[in-house]
Amino acid sequence: MGGSFDESGADLELVGVTKRFPGFTAIENLNLTIPAGSFFALLGPSGCGKTTTLRLVAGLEEPTAGRILIGGKDVTATKPHQRPVNTVFQSYALFPHMTVLANVEFGLKRRGISNAQALAHEALRLVELDHVAGRKPSQLSGGQQQRVALARAVVNRPALLLLDEPLGALDLKLRRQMQLELKAIQSEVGLTFLHVTHDQEEAMTMADTVAVMNKGRIEQMGAPEELYELPRTSFVANFLGQSNLFTGPVVESAADSITVEVAGVGVKVPRERAQRHAGEVTIGVRPEKLTLHTSKPDSVAGLNVLGPGTITDVSFTGVSTQYLVQIPGLPAITVFAQNMAFGPVAEQGAEVWVSWRVEHGFGLADEADPEPRFADDDDTRSIAVQRRQSLEVELDEA
Amino acid sequence: MTTQEAAAIAETAPAPRRRGRARSGRGGTGSWVVGAYSLIALAIMMIPIVYTIVFSFNDARRSNIVWRGFTLDNWLGICDDDRVCESFGNSILVGVTATIVATVLGTMIAIAIVRYTFKMRTLITVLLFLPMATPEVVLGSGLGSQFVNMGVERGLWTIIVAHIMFCISFVVVTVRARVASLDPSLEEAGRDLYASPGQVFWRVTLPLLMPGILAAALLCFALSFDDFIITNFVSGNAETFPKFVYVAASRGIPPQSNVIASAVFFLAIIIVVAAQLSAGARRRKLAKTG
Repeated sequence: MGGSFDESGADLELVGVTKRFPGFTAIENLNLTIPAGSFFALLGPSGCGKTTTLRLVAGLEEPTAGRILIGGKDVTATKPHQRPVNTVFQSYALFPHMTVLANVEFGLKRRGISNAQALAHEALRLVELDHVAGRKPSQLSGGQQQRVALARAVVNRPALLLLDEPLGALDLKLRRQMQLELKAIQSEVGLTFLHVTHDQEEAMTMADTVAVMNKGRIEQMGAPEELYELPRTSFVANFLGQSNLFTGPVVESAADSITVEVAGVGVKVPRERAQRHAGEVTIGVRPEKLTLHTSKPDSVAGLNVLGPGTITDVSFTGVSTQYLVQIPGLPAITVFAQNMAFGPVAEQGAEVWVSWRVEHGFGLADEADPEPRFADDDDTRSIAVQRRQSLEVELDEA
Repeated sequence: MTTQEAAAIAETAPAPRRRGRARSGRGGTGSWVVGAYSLIALAIMMIPIVYTIVFSFNDARRSNIVWRGFTLDNWLGICDDDRVCESFGNSILVGVTATIVATVLGTMIAIAIVRYTFKMRTLITVLLFLPMATPEVVLGSGLGSQFVNMGVERGLWTIIVAHIMFCISFVVVTVRARVASLDPSLEEAGRDLYASPGQVFWRVTLPLLMPGILAAALLCFALSFDDFIITNFVSGNAETFPKFVYVAASRGIPPQSNVIASAVFFLAIIIVVAAQLSAGARRRKLAKTG
């Protein structure tokens, strides 16, 4: 590697990577290619293997099987300090006994780069923290520490920058600001970013490509719009935004669409937007694509109608109103209606119909998950906090 | 006790003191009793120290028990009785050597016990604590008779070996707590930032463990310098300072040993005060800039 910088980001390629820990498999036969210069997000709930993937790429874990290639070179057998990769850790992991400047210089000095100090100041200016170069990390706020951690990684111009939920510890406002800064830095320095997060909004706003991970596998990968508009599995449909899912038998299979029987009504889905075309299939539609009607709409070609049902809940959220509609024989349907008029258009208990355009529907490759959404507090950070608390209790008792 | 534990105690200490004051109230019989009790306790603690310091200035003849007048001769001629200086030098030599060896070994053991799983780790951990729980008389006599059995000539080196043995336990206990509280992601960050395993150890791990290691070394030196019982069994003809004082006590302790004891006492006080002051200054600086 020597004392030179990589000119630009490099491709990352994972070939058949498997990682087993005693008792469980974190990653199962993972194949993944991230092109140079892209901002790639690995999105998934805690325990899905996304952090393990990151650690494998960094070299902090060794794969049980498979190969890891960076810029076409096989790095599977190399140690972390031999890889052109830098990580922004979830806990930032700034060295508490060194100044901010010494932290940023650390990587450069280990590689024997001559003008380490000047480059470190430059990197600190990039994150607008050059004025605190002489302080210790403990004297900085959380957001500042996060930026120092970023500067410490970026200054090395790694072929690949790994971000392990680096924004998890920040409050919402700072988080939005950091998301924009990160994106700006990425386009400025042109590195390949691999960002691991459980925050779907963060992944969608920042990344060019998002891979949704679940139970050690990639469920689906693509541009954020693509994943959102055409989820292929019920996990993706529910983890990335909300979905209304219905399961029923295919009763008609035409050239351009299939018809699925849902609560006694035929619902059409475009053929190319459905993963399966026969037997029991699960179809879905996003809540904002649905329209509420207080009287039965005329059946028009290209429109799916379900109803009548009853509104069981109305919540006003400002830009839109969220309705829950209960139709006999179906799970509760969520409808997001833009507040074009003042206030809700229908009251709780009202009899309504829902409709959507056929081209907005999608058909999934699997069955609807019995538990549609994950508990919000079950993210990596709260697990880490819980672990630390239990450790502290243990230490107190000892 | 690690520095962290010490800090934790220092933090929790003021709370009970405040409670105590509130309960005793102002001018009640309670506060009078507590005051008198504190005075007596302090007096009892201070009497031997004050005696040692005061009688280091005594113009003593054969014994240093009766006050015969003030003189600086003892302080100016510490080595007039060369057995005092020789035994003191021996104690320093033993203390420093044992501290260095025990601290290095103990730190390595502490890191190994926390970081790695290996065969008989639990057994080794238990065995390490055994010397702390065993009466010194038993350790000393056992070790002494083994040296005799094996035909090892007892002297300074056997004292050093014995001191390393009991110091290691204390070093391991102290440093282990520090290793356990070390965030592993700091070392991972070092590895990630192109540092080889050796560089990670010297530049990240060791500096972060240093407060614990220094505390362990200080504790080890204090224990070694102070030790009489084990030393007495394994020393042969070699004399350490405590052993010299013990032997001399039967004939009359030379006032020079009071001088050395006083000097050690003052040195310790100066170190503690300096450490407190620098810690306070650092806290104020942090509070100002942070």
